[in-house]
Amino acid sequence: MNYNWNWHVLLQEPYLQWLISGVQWTFQVAIAAWILAFSVGSVIGVMRTLPHRGLQIIAASYVELFRNIPLLVQIFLWYFVFPEIVPESFSKWLKRDMPNPEFITAAWALGLYTASRVAEQVRAGITSVAVGLAKAAYASGLSVVQCYRYILLPIAYRLVLPPLTSEFLTIFKNSSLALTIGVLELTAQSQQITEYTFQGFEAFTVATIIYVLIALLVTLIMAQLERTLKVPGFNSAERSS
Amino acid sequence: MKLRSIVTATTLVLSAFSAQSSAKEYSGTLEKISDTGQIAIGYRESSIPFSYLNSDQKPVGYTIDLCKRIVKDIEQKLGKPIDIRYVPVNGKTRIPLIVNGTIDLECGSTTNNLTRQEQVEYLPTTFITGAKLLTKEGSQIESVADLEGKKIGLPQGSTNEKIIKAEAKRLGIKLDILPVSDHSQGFLALQTERIDAYSADHILLTGLIAKSKSPGNYKISDDFLSYDPYAIMLRRDDSAFELVGKASLAELFRSGEIETIYNKWFEPLGVEISPLLETAFRIQALPE
Repeated sequence: MNYNWNWHVLLQEPYLQWLISGVQWTFQVAIAAWILAFSVGSVIGVMRTLPHRGLQIIAASYVELFRNIPLLVQIFLWYFVFPEIVPESFSKWLKRDMPNPEFITAAWALGLYTASRVAEQVRAGITSVAVGLAKAAYASGLSVVQCYRYILLPIAYRLVLPPLTSEFLTIFKNSSLALTIGVLELTAQSQQITEYTFQGFEAFTVATIIYVLIALLVTLIMAQLERTLKVPGFNSAERSS
Repeated sequence: MKLRSIVTATTLVLSAFSAQSSAKEYSGTLEKISDTGQIAIGYRESSIPFSYLNSDQKPVGYTIDLCKRIVKDIEQKLGKPIDIRYVPVNGKTRIPLIVNGTIDLECGSTTNNLTRQEQVEYLPTTFITGAKLLTKEGSQIESVADLEGKKIGLPQGSTNEKIIKAEAKRLGIKLDILPVSDHSQGFLALQTERIDAYSADHILLTGLIAKSKSPGNYKISDDFLSYDPYAIMLRRDDSAFELVGKASLAELFRSGEIETIYNKWFEPLGVEISPLLETAFRIQALPE
């Protein structure tokens, strides 16, 4: 292969600065989207298990809608189509006056998409708690809210922590799609460095390593969280064994 | 029996000789093309009229026609027919794909500049354009100086992005930039008023307006912001292959056939051959 390797270029300004800024944007998009995904996903997941037919249908529709449309298409819909179907003043605000519209749109789209996946995890967690526990809670006089708050959710979240870790990792990787609407996160910055220096192999190698490091970091944090929150008898590993 | 084995041995020796001689004759890309009987050409999907997919989803265009001519000359040099394998490329992939050998020629709308020449080589210039600003009709924006406080879309990975940023820096203007990944997306952003201006090479902006539903709603600024000579891209340090390409193009420039090919693609857009480009053709028309 006839390629002039030059690793040094990545340490030069402004390219090093670009990489750092890219990592920051990756974290900002991923974390903002995760907060949204976790909140919305929890609500939708709980709704799917509530003893109320209407709420169940709404929640199921949400999951099917957001889970079945490719994320890239959703980002484009939120960015290009959504502002054109809302009233003009709101549309103008969305496109021009909203601070950092590309970042907010990306975090919003990614968050709502991941919420549908989190919802399914949460639902799975709740339904896998032994039926007897909920029955016992109601028999003891707990309301539906109390039953979820004190019995079902604390167990369910602990059970689904491992799959939630995967979702959290995925959100970091999916955040690279934000580049399609102009958020200069890590992948976009690597591309930009390629375009300015034509040292693409170096830029993408470094981006790859950074993504792996982020993933390892997240895995470590979540593993620690799992240990901290462990309740004897309700650990997923212990249950399955 | 003996005779036959002598004949076989002779044939073997002869074929070994001829194989050896052909290996000696060609090296690099020509050798690869000769061995595989195939050349890989990188094309763009929407660089009208240089290189784009027509209604049959086949790559066509001005640069594609030039490349086909080069392929014909390679066939003549190698003395055997070769197949063309078309590979789609974009602004970001075109250079890595040349470098790693996926494509042998890039036939699109690529500016020849010195930074890129650290990785790739170019054939003679086949078109000359420059960056301009595309705005909606009625906009006051005429130059980079008018962009203060406005939002501008710039194609990622283009020479335009670099020159506009450099110009804004020189003027001390703070730009609000939306990086877009292709021209149609930049145009959509302008159409939906997400940005106030979009910058790309003049000829590509002309193509975008020509394709739009209401061409009257858009205007292009008068002054060129940059000098962008387009050329076919190939691998570095492969002078034998490069020479075949140079010779085919020089032949086209010499015979004036280049103008027929030019008019075929640019007349429908109403873009006449510029005096600068005509001069460039004449200068590059090297004698045999």
